Amino acid sequence: MKHTALMAAWLALAAPASAQGKLNVMATTEDLASIAREVGGDRVTVDAIAKGYQDPHFVEAKPSFILKLQKADLLIAVGRELEIGWLPPLVQQSRNGKIQPGAEGYLDASLDALILEIPSGQITRAMGDVHPLGNPHYWIDPENGKRIGKEIAGKLSQLRPGDKATFDQRLADFIMRLDAAEKRWAALMAPYKGTKVVTYHRSFPNFAERYGLQVIGYVEPRPGIPPTPQHTLDLMNEMKRQNVKLVLVEPYFDLKTPNAIGRETGAHVLVMPPSVGGVKEVTDYFKLFDYDINLFVDAMKK
Amino acid sequence: MVFRFRDAACAFLIALLSVASAHAQSATQADAQALRASIEELKKDFDQRLAALEARLAAVEKSGGPATAAPAAEPPSAAATGASVTNAKVFNPDMAVIGDFLGALGRTTPANVGVTPDPLLQMHESEAAFQAVVDPYARADFFISFGEHGVDLEEGFITLTELPGGLLTKVGKMRAAFGKVNSLHNHVLPWADRPLVISNLVGGEDGINDAGISVARLIPNPWLFLEATGQVFRGDSGPDEDPLFRTSRRGQASYVGHLRAYQDLSESTNIDLGASVSRGYNASGVAQDIDDLTTRLIGVDATLRWKPLQRSIYHSFVARSEVIWSRREQPFGTQSGSGFYVSGDYQFARRWFAGVRFDGSDRAADAALRDTGGSAILTYWPSEFSQVRAQYRRTNYAIGPAANEFLFQFQFSIGAHGAHPF
Repeated sequence: MKHTALMAAWLALAAPASAQGKLNVMATTEDLASIAREVGGDRVTVDAIAKGYQDPHFVEAKPSFILKLQKADLLIAVGRELEIGWLPPLVQQSRNGKIQPGAEGYLDASLDALILEIPSGQITRAMGDVHPLGNPHYWIDPENGKRIGKEIAGKLSQLRPGDKATFDQRLADFIMRLDAAEKRWAALMAPYKGTKVVTYHRSFPNFAERYGLQVIGYVEPRPGIPPTPQHTLDLMNEMKRQNVKLVLVEPYFDLKTPNAIGRETGAHVLVMPPSVGGVKEVTDYFKLFDYDINLFVDAMKK
Repeated sequence: MVFRFRDAACAFLIALLSVASAHAQSATQADAQALRASIEELKKDFDQRLAALEARLAAVEKSGGPATAAPAAEPPSAAATGASVTNAKVFNPDMAVIGDFLGALGRTTPANVGVTPDPLLQMHESEAAFQAVVDPYARADFFISFGEHGVDLEEGFITLTELPGGLLTKVGKMRAAFGKVNSLHNHVLPWADRPLVISNLVGGEDGINDAGISVARLIPNPWLFLEATGQVFRGDSGPDEDPLFRTSRRGQASYVGHLRAYQDLSESTNIDLGASVSRGYNASGVAQDIDDLTTRLIGVDATLRWKPLQRSIYHSFVARSEVIWSRREQPFGTQSGSGFYVSGDYQFARRWFAGVRFDGSDRAADAALRDTGGSAILTYWPSEFSQVRAQYRRTNYAIGPAANEFLFQFQFSIGAHGAHPF
């Protein structure tokens, strides 16, 4: 017991006193990084691990990320097991006690978000790579953007109580601008409520829910399983039956099957980034919706 | 709703009390007191029921509101006694079982002295993994390997994640950080077997895998990722029948030192270089009662990876190579041998990989004997959780005829989603 106490004291002493410079924030995705920049402003430096144009399920646990995590004061993760294949080894090897799950400097951004597709009943991997904690692509909904922003502001204030007023003020500003943008986006999307679409992976449920789109099928037969001829055939028949005119594809998927579906059914194939950085023009969280909604509306007008 | 109910209740109580007080004036003192007591009781009962009702209403409102995900990390509320029983399971470690089925066809090699041929079919290994966080300072990993005939603790160690000085410390039984292949479990190898140099010089499939202590530290520098690892082991490694290191007394510990340098060349390409040394005592002098003969190993390894980020799930290429030198003291002189492998794996579709490997190695106990070989490998992933592999392997053993073999392998994993190897 005495030894434990001694060791704990030693560890506490050895922990570097937090420097009062900028908070070093690492986010697992560019979306979270963008929101953290909005809220943190010049009080934080923010970097992301996964690029917006790569599949966030399959990021390589490169040692160069270990170096970045080693210096982080705060790690913001998408959660819902999105990063389960690569984040745990990085965090373990980071030698950084502050960002271990459960520690003060670890934030699961999903905790207050609206999560869809939480499976109920028995789930097995026969359903593909299902996420038992619900669909992790929840950030593509401005409402969730606000919720993530609140979470981040709360965490930043906890880590830097002296800057709480700044973070609160920046959060209020972020929410205000998002509210204004939301009105614009909602107006643009309003005429297309009820539009039926097909997506490649289950990346857009929150977006579809927000703007009243109906996702009637997926190019993937099951999450994480590449398209099969039979499934593609069934999907095309279903699309023809329901007169579906749009196929949304994340930028990291092969376009061969979607294009074939487009040719066969006459549907438009849109490469629609679900993340900041998914295409060059989308440099922040606001531009993500600007880009996606314009893309969608333009295609619908054709 | 609640407030209206409460207001009504209050009004009712006040009315009751005033009626009671009016009544009390005309009644005797004793009667009044008894009445007051019973009203007090009634009021208390009422307040309790009201509070319970409010709590229930609040709970209903909470769960019936927007489908907010329940914060996973939050402990269950005191009211959720039924749920808290099942939540005790959250502290169970992540569990997974990985099956490795291996088949071999082609010319068997009984004439190849010193080589144990693979059987026609075997359930080569069933590996059970248990992994969890121990406390705020450590995590633990256990890998228990069930062969067809016995059970072996493949690895079991605690990792201290936040020691001061950035020291990542492991204590337990573990695969040593000698080179690349030695530290890898069977199911993450790009082949169905291990290269000749590993079988001949580094203890084969078991490899350097021993009870010990490992300390790894990042060496800060502005240019690249540099990690130095120092490990000390009891000194027993390799298969029982032909050990790499064997102790006859305490004080014959074996050591492994490893230096790893990693650099991103571009967003999609990176290079990983390593140098390793190891030293331990061997068993070659047991018959002569000599117990201080050592084996020293030096190894260098290089891995070049390419994976275009935007199409990372469809295409990748990994080239890897290791060269290992062995210096083994034996009663009748020292044997110095070396070996290598070089291999390339190309992912040409989301679920398909093709690879080749060339390898060659002297034998540790008789460096005049050199085996060489080559393999072509085709791997298919039905999903992230299973894998089918075929490997054609031609080996020119130092003694006996060349062996042409066809290996096939099924691997499948159930349970917790493990991390993808890098």
